[in-house]
Amino acid sequence: MHVANSVKESQTAPKLTRQQYLDLYYYMQLNRQLEDRMVRLFRQNKIVGGLYSSLGQEAVSVGTAYALEPKDWLAPMIRNIGALLVKGFKPRDIMTQHMAKYTSPTLGKDGTSHFGDLNVHHTISPISMLGDLIPVMTGVAMAGRYLGQNIVALTWIGDGGSSTGAFHEGLNFAASQRAPFVLVVENNQWAYSTPVARQVPVKNLADRAVAYGITSKITDGNDVLAVYATTKEAVDECRSGHGPVLIEVKTHRMKGHAQHDPAEYVPKEMVEYWKARDPIARYEKFLTENKIWDAKTKAEIDSRIERELDEEQKFAEESPLPPPELAEQGVYCDGCHTIEADWQRPQKEVTPPNCSVDAIWEVKSFGSFDPDAAAKMKAASQAAQPRQSPGNGAPPARSEKIAYQSQKATSAGEEKDLDTAAALRVPFGRGPKDRAFREERAQKEKNRRGKRGRR
Amino acid sequence: MAAITMLEGIRQAIFEEMDRDPAVVALGEDIGVYGGAFKVTEGLLARFGPERVVDAPVSETAIVGAACGMGYLGLRPIVEMQFIDFIACCFNQVTNFAAKSHYRWGAPVPMVLRGPSGGGVHGGPFHSANPEMYFMHTPGLKIIYPSTPHDAKGLLKSAVRDNNPVLFFEHKYLYRRIKEEIPAEEYTVPIGKATVRREGKDLTILSYAAMVHTSMEAAETLAKEGIDAEVIDLRTLLPLDRDAILASVKKTNKLLIVHEDTRTGGIAGEIAALVCEGAFEDLDGPIARVTALDTPVPYSPPLEEHFLPNAEKVAAAARELARY
Repeated sequence: MHVANSVKESQTAPKLTRQQYLDLYYYMQLNRQLEDRMVRLFRQNKIVGGLYSSLGQEAVSVGTAYALEPKDWLAPMIRNIGALLVKGFKPRDIMTQHMAKYTSPTLGKDGTSHFGDLNVHHTISPISMLGDLIPVMTGVAMAGRYLGQNIVALTWIGDGGSSTGAFHEGLNFAASQRAPFVLVVENNQWAYSTPVARQVPVKNLADRAVAYGITSKITDGNDVLAVYATTKEAVDECRSGHGPVLIEVKTHRMKGHAQHDPAEYVPKEMVEYWKARDPIARYEKFLTENKIWDAKTKAEIDSRIERELDEEQKFAEESPLPPPELAEQGVYCDGCHTIEADWQRPQKEVTPPNCSVDAIWEVKSFGSFDPDAAAKMKAASQAAQPRQSPGNGAPPARSEKIAYQSQKATSAGEEKDLDTAAALRVPFGRGPKDRAFREERAQKEKNRRGKRGRR
Repeated sequence: MAAITMLEGIRQAIFEEMDRDPAVVALGEDIGVYGGAFKVTEGLLARFGPERVVDAPVSETAIVGAACGMGYLGLRPIVEMQFIDFIACCFNQVTNFAAKSHYRWGAPVPMVLRGPSGGGVHGGPFHSANPEMYFMHTPGLKIIYPSTPHDAKGLLKSAVRDNNPVLFFEHKYLYRRIKEEIPAEEYTVPIGKATVRREGKDLTILSYAAMVHTSMEAAETLAKEGIDAEVIDLRTLLPLDRDAILASVKKTNKLLIVHEDTRTGGIAGEIAALVCEGAFEDLDGPIARVTALDTPVPYSPPLEEHFLPNAEKVAAAARELARY
């Protein structure tokens, strides 16, 4: 796959209902106003730890999350507060998390956006180590497919995090499994203080997708409609079995890495450039120009946000801190949670003998540099007896490379005499034909009979 | 009822658990078509198909990460590390992601991470490790290190059913060298319970995995000399069976800890502290330990044999202790 074929430029405005257009504004503005309040709380020393601003990146969080269905799964990064709001979390959840309150989703055990919910919101908590969510969400996507849920999993990674090993391992695994997984690479130009050009030698972070043979898209991260449309397209592709998809969104981090960081390393002109492209101001203009709203509607939404946040903040501020002894609890799940998969397909399909296969590789390429060899092999394999694929497991797009053969049920009990088999299997490629091994074993046997130390 | 190897016990546990519950899936490198580097998963793909037995790329972080994600959706993945040494490659995913998940945000990770460990087979510095202590220091994990086919099978079944990330170390020296008769009917062995391998009254030898057999050998030698050693097999390292350890020490009043892991920061130190806290008044002698040397596991047989504890070293330490 060539870059030129795999990268699509920004989308045209999607068709949404008036309410949906207004929703996007509501969530972006809620995101911004919530963070604005948290900055004030931080300055009043009411926020215990760090505070990471997503100012200027609201369109990314909101536009991507809005393209998901409620059953889909997401895992936010630190600056994806808008996505949590779209997914149904309340501002109080985010405020109490930052304020380390007992009423927070983690009861004060972790802060910031480090929380989630497996049951209702289908949201997975991030950890501070970047990239780890990529393999995790690959697993979520694989499990969803296995259970027949037809879900899509989505997570974000920054330009900085795109250099981690977990990013590459995870994306490669997702690609090799054709997992229904959307990875949004949120290129906000800065990994803490290091500009993207000093971290990554490629022009677009989306170019990385080429290495994994997956579709990628680039979109304007400060245009919420473009972000939404691009993500929707990616989600639809994943749902129809053509995942994973990588989306690079170009945006800018308007504040420092966290509150403590004045970000003096960012050129003033760059800040001005992006300020002129503020996602909320742009979207307001779009709504006005397209007569989707008027000043009265805007005022209504804004005052609703104000009212809601007043209430949420009051709740958060009045909430107690956790009791100290809570620190001792919850290291293990001792039956406090019931683990049950939500099966949306008959379990029979994945139970022997229905799931059984012939465990052999069907190799369709010799991997030779010689193009004739590949052609000859293809001809030979076409002449050979057509083989049946069980069609129940191998990810569809990979079947050209790997196909499992028609089923042959064998149970553990039917295995051949295992002792005979075991005798032939010795670690490190050393078998009974290896004289040194035979001698060593004989010696050990002798030692044991002589009741001496075995080692 | 036939005697089976430890490897067969592990195999049976995996097959039986996957038969019992379609939420149980397996992931790892070369576990499918090839059946795993040690053939533990041989026949697994044939029986359960590629959706449930995933031949993964050489990406330990991706494999463990994906297993965490599967766990969140209610699956119970069994992950194979081709050699447990490679767990170092996914250290972050295990210690920061999986282990802290339930404590931080109440999301259990029902995952078993199993793999061949231990030395004595001349695997060299990267195929012989006993990395249990890196993980002993990580709240949220459970660590199992069995010494017999019976326990390996029963404990692995318990591990699969456990709601927490469980590290299951399989001593590769024991894979095919010992055999044991196991019950024909279904059974499990509880996590967190040590067992007495040999009753004795003069001193306690506390051990796990391959060193249990070394300790038993030493105990037989000692018996001939009139020293009656009790041998305790920890079986589970985390959570430690504090009660069993203290009970034995209170009975014999002397404690020798034997482990194949290196000395500094090995489990012997932790157990010594635990005994000092809980049974200091009962001790009639210093807590002794026999361990591997504080070096990487060397490759050449004479070097590795020098590196590892053996029955002579254990017996010698026991004699010394018995003199108190």
